[in-house]
Amino acid sequence: MKPAAIDVDGLVKRFGTHTVIDGLSLRVDEGEVCGFLGGNGSGKTTTMRMLCGLLLPDDGGGTCLGLDLRNAAAQIRLQTGYMTQQFSFYRDLTVMENLEFVARLYEMPDRRSAIAAVVERMGLGPRTRQLAGELSGGWKQRMALAACVLHRPKLLLLDEPTAGVDARARRQFWDLIHDLAGEGMTVLVSTHYMDEAERCSRVVYLAGGKLVVQGTASEVIAAAHLVTFEAVGPDIERAATRLRREPGIEMAGVFGHALRVAGLDRQKLQEGIARLGDTPLRWQEVEPRLDDVFIHMLNLQKTDE
Amino acid sequence: MNAFSPARLMAILRKEWLQMRRDPMTLRLTILLPIIQLVLFGYAINANPRHLPTALVSGDHSIYERDLITALANTRYFDIRNYATQAQADQAMRRGDVMFILDIPAGFGRRIDRGEHPQMLVDADASDPVAIGSATAALSSLTASVLRRDLPPNLQASAPPPAPFEVVLHERYNPEQITALNIVPGLIAVILTLSTLILTSVAITREREVGTLENLLAMPARPVEVALGKIIPYVGLAYVQIIMFLFASIFLFGVPIRGSLLLLLASLGIFITCNLSMGLIFSTLARTQMQAQQMAQFAFLPSMLLSGFLYPFDGMPRWAQVIGQCLPITHALRIVRGILLKGNGFSDIWPDIWPMMLFVLVVGAAAVRLYRRTLD
Repeated sequence: MKPAAIDVDGLVKRFGTHTVIDGLSLRVDEGEVCGFLGGNGSGKTTTMRMLCGLLLPDDGGGTCLGLDLRNAAAQIRLQTGYMTQQFSFYRDLTVMENLEFVARLYEMPDRRSAIAAVVERMGLGPRTRQLAGELSGGWKQRMALAACVLHRPKLLLLDEPTAGVDARARRQFWDLIHDLAGEGMTVLVSTHYMDEAERCSRVVYLAGGKLVVQGTASEVIAAAHLVTFEAVGPDIERAATRLRREPGIEMAGVFGHALRVAGLDRQKLQEGIARLGDTPLRWQEVEPRLDDVFIHMLNLQKTDE
Repeated sequence: MNAFSPARLMAILRKEWLQMRRDPMTLRLTILLPIIQLVLFGYAINANPRHLPTALVSGDHSIYERDLITALANTRYFDIRNYATQAQADQAMRRGDVMFILDIPAGFGRRIDRGEHPQMLVDADASDPVAIGSATAALSSLTASVLRRDLPPNLQASAPPPAPFEVVLHERYNPEQITALNIVPGLIAVILTLSTLILTSVAITREREVGTLENLLAMPARPVEVALGKIIPYVGLAYVQIIMFLFASIFLFGVPIRGSLLLLLASLGIFITCNLSMGLIFSTLARTQMQAQQMAQFAFLPSMLLSGFLYPFDGMPRWAQVIGQCLPITHALRIVRGILLKGNGFSDIWPDIWPMMLFVLVVGAAAVRLYRRTLD
């Protein structure tokens, strides 16, 4: 078994009377790209902030990079890069000035060469003299990533790094993440994009501050025991609207030319479809996808509430 | 990792400097502010104003009238303008063109000669009592003496004998009652409050609001390094303001420096620390820069009104004085005026030094505790 980069057990964090993290246990192996998934407010950001020592857990504990979460937060921070959800570098400084500031804060002896290397790697060369506030979304994220890896951390915590970034920039960003992982960096990355989740070696799904499911994408799909049918034909939009009201059908949606329905109970699903009556739709059972599973989980959470 | 690293503090200071330079407008305003305030308060505000426009409606053209007018003009309080009728003069006062109306009735001189003690009516626009206070005082003292030498001999003899003793009023430190000499030194304390209190509370809140504070703390920066890194540039700026201000007040207003300049700079350092602790508290309580600014202004208002800057401290009711005593600016004002105008030494200003030190101790400790708590 590979050594763990993150190994925490029974983490609890409350804000006032509200329990945000409720007994979370999580293990991420070294060199892994771990996708951190879950609805808004499920506790992803809070967990990351506890992992890099910005918040102290109210209960539970564990290690990050082999260092104790409670006693060695400062050392953990030195070897960790945390990229916040919001762009949180100085908009009134240039890209180069921001990077220099970060390098100085880490008291790096080889500042200049480290900055040159990261600028080269992230392709920031033509942007170094630009004010950070004037960069487009994709470039901002790239600059933030550059600043987070400048001190060569062993662990990278990325909080929704590609929110609001176009598809090409997202793909390039993920190529960079995999490059870094290839060099042995451990990455915990939260996202709402399923294509990104599928690029992770493992995903962890959080709901209500608890870990609901974890594993590779295919393990997570298998664990959900979801049944999925697909149909093609005319009037699929109207059929989707009717099916959504049927009991036992958790999700009914149109994707391109196909209508997709999913649920846990095969019999109820088939009964629901049968009640549509005589339609020219051609149905077939298909493999569930990761996004079917996550919508299913979000629905479960909603019924819990 | 070290609890405190000078190198990291330098990194934050360097960043602050870059940011200050990138925002030349704020920097320029901060440096211009003392000069603008100095000119406004020093030149424009005068609690003992002279050359007040005065309307003269005269039905008499005797020697007494001419002497009276000359005497009034010589006080420099009154700038006399002639109006033909009372109605015209009234209208001028309603419009605010004149602040006094002197009405010398017909036959004024003749009745004086006869010893009938005629009346001269003076209307004053009392809507600003402070403005006319000194002028009316001058007027009443004048009427008693000015005409004596013009009186016919028989009346001179019947005039009241001189008082058995004479009161000689000797006004110290500012004998000409130049308001600027009182206002200008006090203004240093006011401007320091503005720049250190408001700017620091906003500067730290900005880091939180924009989200950069979280990022700073996720990196190795320590809370104390962040706070010091944000505060030190403003201390530097404050001393630049003090120096510029002193230069301007010496050359523009002839404010003397009778005491020790070093003592002044040192005691102002304590005052600056008072404001910074208060600014730090506001920055921990405020969620947005706008809130921080409003809090700072809320604290600034009593500083202007209850400190003795604009109105005499001893003229305030007891409860207001108690509030005033708790404000660091009240003590800073006394120290600055004392050192500059009276040449006070350390033992003279000590009664105002220790309250400021106590303030730093209490408020500073609270600020550090609150600051730590908000980071979690």
